[in-house]
Amino acid sequence: MSEPNNEPMLQVHNLAKRFEGIVATDNLSLDVAAGELHAVIGPNGAGKTTLIAQLSGQLMPDSGRVWFAGNDITQLPMYRRSALGLARSFQITSLFRDLSVLDNVALAVQAHAGHSFRFWRDARAEPQLREPGRALLARVGLAERADWPASALSHGAHRQLELAMALAGQPRMLLLDEPMAGLGPEESARMVEMLRALKRELTILLVEHDMEAVFALADRITVLVYGRVIATGSPADIRANAQVREAYLGEAEAEGADHG
Amino acid sequence: MTGPLNVRNIATVALLAALVLLPVYVQLGGDRFMLTLFTRIIILALAAVSLNLILGFGGMMSFGHAAYLGIGGYAVGMLAHEGVLSGFVQWPVALGASALFALVIGALSLRTRGVYFIMITLAFAQMAYYVISGLARYGGDDGLTIYKRSEFFAPINLSNKVQFYYVCLALLYASIYLVWRLVNSRFGMVIQGSRSNDMRMRAIGFPTYRYKLVCFVIAGTLCGLAGALLANHTDFVSPGIMYWTRSGDLIIMVVLGGMASAVGPLFGAVALLLFEEFLPFVIKLVGTPMFGDAAGRASEYWQIIMGPLLLLVVLFARGGIDGLLSQMHRKVRS
Amino acid sequence: MTLFIEQCLNGLQFGLLLFLLAAGLTLVFGIMDLVNLAHGSLYMIGAYFAATFAAWTGSFMLGAVLALIATLIVGMAVEVIAMRRLYGRDHLDHVLGTFGLILFFDELVRLIWGSEGLSLPLPSWLNTSVQILPGVNYSAYRLAIIAVTVAVAGFLYVLVMRTRIGMLIRAGASNREMVGALGVNIKLLYTLVFGLGAALAGLAGLMQAPILTVQIGMGENILILAFVITVIGGIGSIRGALVAAILVGFLDTLGRAFFPDLLRMLLSKDAASTAAPALSSMLIYLLMAIVLVVKPEGLFSASHK
Repeated sequence: MSEPNNEPMLQVHNLAKRFEGIVATDNLSLDVAAGELHAVIGPNGAGKTTLIAQLSGQLMPDSGRVWFAGNDITQLPMYRRSALGLARSFQITSLFRDLSVLDNVALAVQAHAGHSFRFWRDARAEPQLREPGRALLARVGLAERADWPASALSHGAHRQLELAMALAGQPRMLLLDEPMAGLGPEESARMVEMLRALKRELTILLVEHDMEAVFALADRITVLVYGRVIATGSPADIRANAQVREAYLGEAEAEGADHG
Repeated sequence: MTGPLNVRNIATVALLAALVLLPVYVQLGGDRFMLTLFTRIIILALAAVSLNLILGFGGMMSFGHAAYLGIGGYAVGMLAHEGVLSGFVQWPVALGASALFALVIGALSLRTRGVYFIMITLAFAQMAYYVISGLARYGGDDGLTIYKRSEFFAPINLSNKVQFYYVCLALLYASIYLVWRLVNSRFGMVIQGSRSNDMRMRAIGFPTYRYKLVCFVIAGTLCGLAGALLANHTDFVSPGIMYWTRSGDLIIMVVLGGMASAVGPLFGAVALLLFEEFLPFVIKLVGTPMFGDAAGRASEYWQIIMGPLLLLVVLFARGGIDGLLSQMHRKVRS
Repeated sequence: MTLFIEQCLNGLQFGLLLFLLAAGLTLVFGIMDLVNLAHGSLYMIGAYFAATFAAWTGSFMLGAVLALIATLIVGMAVEVIAMRRLYGRDHLDHVLGTFGLILFFDELVRLIWGSEGLSLPLPSWLNTSVQILPGVNYSAYRLAIIAVTVAVAGFLYVLVMRTRIGMLIRAGASNREMVGALGVNIKLLYTLVFGLGAALAGLAGLMQAPILTVQIGMGENILILAFVITVIGGIGSIRGALVAAILVGFLDTLGRAFFPDLLRMLLSKDAASTAAPALSSMLIYLLMAIVLVVKPEGLFSASHK
């Protein structure tokens, strides 16, 4: 549930990043309130994935600051952010393909279960790793496929596994990078329902292309074009914003993706 | 692979048992040379098992692993040269020196990945080779003779070939078991996860560098033990054992045997060394009736097959012998 | 002082020679993402061809030219027969496959030329010294090597920076799919690039041949240095390879020449003579270690892979 104080869960202030002359992130500021589902949309090349990369620590910004739950995490290495409660899913499926589905989630659980300099006991026989793992798989609907090799899953199931791994360790906030990517209509609907259920428990920053999902779930939306924020506001505000319509929703309209 | 009774497991148990019984066969009138050959195979298998820990399970393509054979060997050799013959001093020094070298090299090399990592581990190992070659006091390029083997307490006499064989075999089996437990532990899961997807591991919260470094040190230390054993076996140590192409030989053993299991490298060592030992002989034997003298000369150049053979294994039998045996089971079942 | 100048020139010459080798290696890696351990074998083959053709034709220059062409052909043949199957695979596969090639070439050379090395004597017009400064004479041949490698470096620069092929090479380095999509014959491009790398290695080998003996295993020795240079300079960067190669050449040559004296000033005579050869050989690896600590991707790393 949302915390009683007014401190935003995530604060981004004047973030900037260049790659050899190309400006990927241009003076970007936004914040996400606790308990909010904040969507980030924008045309291809808008720098959405670069933003997530900087928030999760995969890339270091050139300038600007990022605060998470009051901590300055701007230069914090990637592996430390997870411990603070900031978890991430990947746009291009990034799993442990040669391990089983349950192994994948159990590893995510293990990351939050103390140190791993334990050299003798069989990790696959540890209930404190396997049980939470199974519970997470059940939550995303993969319980029966726990012993499958991760590479054997369909694309939709991969996205579900991604989510399960992000949820291990009970994060306070999720950075979701296009969780619907490549999903068919049925699978998308299922994912939307899952996210809707998650909304009540944690804060979410959602990068997505699927406009239907965005407008169904988001409390607030930020629109990025060429790495810069051109509008932030409620879904209604964004839909009405002329600049945004022109830059982005106009394209979506042309593709027939506009739903009232 | 359904139940434990399959081709691969049977082959494994058969090999392990055969190795235990080998000295018995030799005592009963078999060729004494086999004992020497198999002692060497076992020691190199130990080195290969240690390499597999970082290479097969950890995905760290170290091309400098033979350096530890040299470090372990020279620890024994140098101490023996200075009059320190006790194994209780020599062997811990061998292990300690290997661990230290692995710590320093690993700390530097693990900051890089992929091709860089390969080149760097290769370069540092070669550096160790050049440094030791430069030490005239310990024989330099010519190497160092070891006049007496490592001494332990009363019943253990490493000069007794059969005893020495069993010491090596015990250490090999213990190492295989150790590696097996290691890779299935929490630590091992982190290592395997890092091999599979290092970035994801860091994203979920593991400081992978630390774990890989510890793994690297364990592997180096284990190989240092193999080095100490090898020095005792050959009663000699030379920089040649550390030359980077020897690291290549170790990698071949690991890949040939199968990287996915703790015992795979043993298959690889046995296969490679038996191949090296007997292929010229087989060529001569088979070829002489057909081609006369030419077969004899051809058998000298048997190594020419090694190269393309390796390439073929890489392209078509990546799972190594272990993989082939596992596949055989599936074929038999269906 | 004369000795110092001579050693500096030796360092430069050695460094430039190493550059030829490293440039080929880094080019192939940068464009085809291929780790080629057998690069040293091409160096060796260049030397063996040069020694053989020079003996047959009686002319050093003709032998050198023929050797260069022969190495180019061998390189392209290797690419078509073996390397093609390795593209896109795991780097470990490259390492193993090309290691296999090393074994093959070493044995093949032994089969054809025997285990004893060969020598390549210099023609009299090169086997002289030239006065470069008043009172300072230097080997004409080594000066020739410097001249040739500088010319080749210049040629590479023009090729990569100013021609269409060079553009394709640079584009290939950053985005393989795009280049393929543009309809360029990627297969041919790769064969040519590999051939170029082979030619560079062969050239280095044949130029080095009169100075060192031509023997099996010469490739493995020098490959390490090429790797060190590639790490220091940054994979995929020719500029990096040049700077790193010259650095390494100087450090190694001057180090071996003067470091023992330096040690003797600091340590006892005995300790110095024991430690000197060992420590001198460590110098370039120390440099590599320092670069690794300060800038792990190399001084001039080219692409953001």
